[in-house]
Formats: sequence, structure tokens, C-alpha cells
Amino acid sequence: MANDPIHQFHITKWIPIEIGGLDFSFTNSSAFMVATVAAAGLFLFLTTSSRGLIPGRLQSISEMSYEFVASMLRDAAGSQGMKFFPMVFSLFMFVLVANLLGLFPYFFTITSHIIVTFMLALLVIGTVVVYGIMKHGFSFFKLFVPQGVPGILVPLVVLIEVISFLSRPISLSVRLFANMLAGHITLKVFAGFVASLSTLGAVGVAGSILPLAMTVAITALEFLVAFLQAYVFAVLTCMYLNDALHPSH
Amino acid sequence: MFVTPGYAQEAAPAEGETHTETGAGHEAGGKPSFPPFDSSTFASQILWLAITFGLFYLFLKKVVLPRIGGILEVRRDRIAQDLDQAALMKSEADAAVAAYEQELAEAKAKANTIGQQARDSAKADADVERKKVEAALEQKLGEAEAHIASIKTSAMKEVGTIAEDTAAAIVQELIGGKADKAAVAAAVKAVRE
Repeated sequence: MANDPIHQFHITKWIPIEIGGLDFSFTNSSAFMVATVAAAGLFLFLTTSSRGLIPGRLQSISEMSYEFVASMLRDAAGSQGMKFFPMVFSLFMFVLVANLLGLFPYFFTITSHIIVTFMLALLVIGTVVVYGIMKHGFSFFKLFVPQGVPGILVPLVVLIEVISFLSRPISLSVRLFANMLAGHITLKVFAGFVASLSTLGAVGVAGSILPLAMTVAITALEFLVAFLQAYVFAVLTCMYLNDALHPSH
Repeated sequence: MFVTPGYAQEAAPAEGETHTETGAGHEAGGKPSFPPFDSSTFASQILWLAITFGLFYLFLKKVVLPRIGGILEVRRDRIAQDLDQAALMKSEADAAVAAYEQELAEAKAKANTIGQQARDSAKADADVERKKVEAALEQKLGEAEAHIASIKTSAMKEVGTIAEDTAAAIVQELIGGKADKAAVAAAVKAVRE
């Protein structure tokens, strides 16, 4: 039976490209990145092209996602944080659309690869560090020294703060990657049960109803997870950007 | 190309048989590595992520977000404008009501003054008329009094003559002969005084 749950994560080369010994091939992953960007970009572009004073349904979706991310960023990082709005909105839309596209059968889920989510997390943390040092100079490192800590505890607290800061890109990327990976494996395993059982005759067909129901239920759950993970990613981005804007606790 | 039978998923033939399974290809003959941890695909993924996400970011920043922001701002302005206009209309209506009430009060005051004036002038006219009538009556009374006084004096004057005549007649009857007219007059006058 063709139900290896790992198969869906395989990367296949569509157009082999090799530069300087490194493999930059256009793969199914690259194709779905393009698809994600095209779908999200075209949706936002086309639904707002009429610039309706009274929005239609689709224009409302674009406006709601704009205001959703804008209020999220304003709540977390204040009005100064709005200069990062394009980045946070791009991240949110990219992750959301990538997650949702991945739910289509036979589609590749780009966020199920750790390198993709890790790069997005590095982009966030890199922005935080670069902007924080640019704006506050050395006092950015006050981030690691909370106020009101007894002198004897400062080294320990600083150590903990540094570790917690360094683990941010890891937790940010692993959270998204692991959620998408685990969800898709679970879906595939349950769907595989349906296929396996239905080959066992009438009893098997009857028995496959249960995993089929589970597959349907998990699909619904995965839609929730797809949105939730994009939301979590965006919220954490906002909170980390808040650190860059206001480093003193 | 190494493709294990287990990987021959429904999708694989549909996508084309020429595809290369990089994960499996790297470890031909051995156990295939877990695709997300296969570092040979990292360079390609990073490059294409940078290209696609970079373009997506630029597109949103330059085109989509200003547009949506503009739509929302126009709407907010329009709502604020409509509210302002509504407030303006309300204040106009309030002013109209106030002007109406003021006019009403003025009209009432005017009516009162007109009434008062009419009453005053009527009263004044009546006073003048009454004074005229009173003056005429006064005059007539004076004339009558003067007439009475003149009648009284003339009567009083005549009383002396009558007394003299009567006294002369009485004297004549008593003593016969003519009485001295001057003596009688003196006597009467003495009696009267």
C-alpha cells in the first residue's frame, strides 16, 4: 500500500540548478513557495482593486486581515511598532497561506520543513537585534538585565535571559514546523488506515468508517492549526519587535 | 533514480516520473533520511524562500498595504465627514428652533406692547374727554353761580327801594301827607344796617 506518511515531505527537483557546488534547484517546495506568494499576493491585490467605499465580501477579508495584524502589532509594540507592519503582515499572510495550501491533498507544505520556518524566525530575530542595536546602541543589552534584581543574582538572571533570547528563534521555528509536520503525518496515517482496511473485504470497509471520520475531524482541526500557528507566529514576532523598540523591561 | 515502492504514492506518477527524489537519491541503498532534516535541500529552499518572500514583502509594502490603508483611511474620513455634517445639520436645526422661539417671544412682547399702547391711548383719550366735559360743567356752574349772584345783588338792591316805597306808603297812610323821601331812605338804611 502506498501510504508512507513521510513521503509527502519529500522534495523533488523540477528544474535542476547548480551554482558553485550548491544545489539551488527549482523544486516542488520552490513551486509551492511561488504558489503561496502568488495566491496571497493576487488575492490581496485583486480583492482590493475596486477600492470600494463599502467593501464586498472578498475585500472585507483583505481589510480584516490588514486590521487584524495592525491591531495585533499596535497592541504588542505600540504605534512605534507600525514601521514593522509590512514585515509582520507579510510573515502572517505567507505562513497562513502556506499552511492552508498545504492542506490540499497532494499539495506540498512548505512550512513543514524546519529550514523554511527557521529562516523566517531568523528574519524576525535578526530584525530585532539589528534594529535594537541601531536604535538603542549598547543599551539594547539592558534587555538581558531586568531591573530590581538583587546584585548577587544578576549573573544568573543574565545567563537565563541570554539563553531565553537565543532559544527564541528555535522555539519560534520548531513550533510552526512541528505543528505542520505532526498534523500532516497524523492526517496521512489515518487516511492510510482507510485505504489499508478497505482492502480487507466487507468487514474492513465497515471498519474503515472510523478512521475516515477521524480524517475528516483532523482535517477540520488542521484548518484551525493552520490559522492558529500563523497567528502565534505573528503575535510572537510582534512581542519580539516590542523588545527591540523598548529594551528596558 | 532510487524510488522505493513505498514512496510510489498516488501523486508521484501524476507529477511526472522524471522527478528526482533528492532525499532518497542521497542515500541510495541505505535508509532514506527524514526529508525535513536532509541538509542537501537547504540551499535551494533558502534561496527560493528568500526570492519568493522578498518579492512578496516588496509587493505588499509597495502596492497592497498602501492601497488597503488608503481604502480604510478614505472610509474613516468619510465617516468622520458624515458625522461632522450630521452635527452641522443638527446645530442648524437647533439654531432654527432657537430663532423661531426668539421670534415667538418677540412677537408676544410686541403684542403686549401694542395692547398696552392701545389701552394707554384709550385711557388718555378718555381722560382728555372727561377733563373737557368737567371743564365745561365747571364753566357752566360758574356762570350759573355768577348769574345767581347777580340776581341776588339786584334783588337785594330792589329790597331797599321796595322798603322805602312801603315805608313811604305806610308813613303817608299814618300821617297823611307826603313823607320826606330822603328821610325815609335814611331810616330804612339805618334799619337794614
